[in-house]
Amino acid sequence: MTRINLTVDGSKVSDDVEPRMLLVQYLREKLGKTGTVIGCDTSNCGACTVHLDGTSVKSCNVLAVQADGSEVTTIEGLAQDGELHQVQKSFRECHGLQCGFCTPGMIMQSVDLLKENPHPTEQEIRVGLEGNLCRCTGYHNIVKSVQHAAAQGGAQ
Amino acid sequence: MIPAPFDYLAPTTVEEALAALGQHGDDAKILAGGQSLLPVLRMRLNAPEVVIDLGKIHSLRGIRDDGDALVIGAMTQHSVVEHDPLVAEHATLISKAVEHLADHQIRHRGTFGGALAHADPAGDLGAPALALEAQFVIAGPAGTRTVAADDFFVDLFETAIGEDEILTEIRVPKHTGWGATYEKFVRVAHQWPIVAVAATVRVEGGTIAEARIGLTNMGSTPLRARAVEAALVGQPATEDAVRAAAAHAAEGTNPPSDLNGEAAYRAHLATVLVRRAVLSAAGTT
Repeated sequence: MTRINLTVDGSKVSDDVEPRMLLVQYLREKLGKTGTVIGCDTSNCGACTVHLDGTSVKSCNVLAVQADGSEVTTIEGLAQDGELHQVQKSFRECHGLQCGFCTPGMIMQSVDLLKENPHPTEQEIRVGLEGNLCRCTGYHNIVKSVQHAAAQGGAQ
Repeated sequence: MIPAPFDYLAPTTVEEALAALGQHGDDAKILAGGQSLLPVLRMRLNAPEVVIDLGKIHSLRGIRDDGDALVIGAMTQHSVVEHDPLVAEHATLISKAVEHLADHQIRHRGTFGGALAHADPAGDLGAPALALEAQFVIAGPAGTRTVAADDFFVDLFETAIGEDEILTEIRVPKHTGWGATYEKFVRVAHQWPIVAVAATVRVEGGTIAEARIGLTNMGSTPLRARAVEAALVGQPATEDAVRAAAAHAAEGTNPPSDLNGEAAYRAHLATVLVRRAVLSAAGTT
């Protein structure tokens, strides 16, 4: 077992974990943060995307021990004081989801994308989300949601 | 999918990492960003007893100007390389290739040295490293040594890095003012290239003065298209001249056949992509 100390969604946590434990497993099984989902488990689909020290990563492709000393934000930590993040609001407003399984990862990657590029073109949004797959193929409204969020100043 | 159990070491210096490697030898595996290694471990294609994580060795990160060359620390993330102004100016070919490597999330985590040490023939960095004649600085128990790009890639997933050694930095000779293009052919987004071409050229008054071309996924290692390079020198940067030189693109290659395409298809693709890449790098298109 290896001791890790990190901050998850604003709370400091400390645990002894097996080195082979994946970050997504740690979030879901140890911390109960099941908002972050496991989609493909092969680092393709991006459903498990979280922010590690401020940038998006696929949490099925990071060991929990690698996150030692870091700050992790999951979909559950995006809303502030009970108010949804603008990107969450926009996905709801524009119906940027069908079955909803890819949504946590889509939103986390969209937040990262808007932070890097607050006013992306449609093409830049599609390229920015290339690591996130929607099995329902509902990309049209996902792109619209990101455009909506950008127009509302969603980079914050 | 979960990796088989392993012991985990997180050294904070290269010396500590080398000592750990010396102690555990064959049983140990080096972890850089993990974007290739973790899938391998999860699918149980490899089950090392010890994983040595270089993530806490800060001296292995960063990009610096060293006169005639840029020095890229092996643990520098792809996203850092992608946005680095020095790389964009002096090693444009690397910027162009990294921009299309995997996806955003993987570029945030994956490392420049890790990807090169992994030596996947379909990886996007080998061909640019060859074309720019990069030097690989490798640390071992007896000190450091430098290996030229031509000697670094040995075979499929095999490099000149010894079992008791660690890749610490990559020196990239400056190619300031050279045009560069990475042409990558994929069926869908976020896939390994079926074939890709890394081309960088120096044009003087409409004539190609120098050309360097690397090929991705045209053999068990990245390859230089030397016959094309030789045919381009002294030629005008025109469609006809470049097309004629690009016809040599598959010479000396041994492309794989798989579900994405037969070897002959890849050989043809190489000629098309070399033409596009060179024309674009020369500013003709």
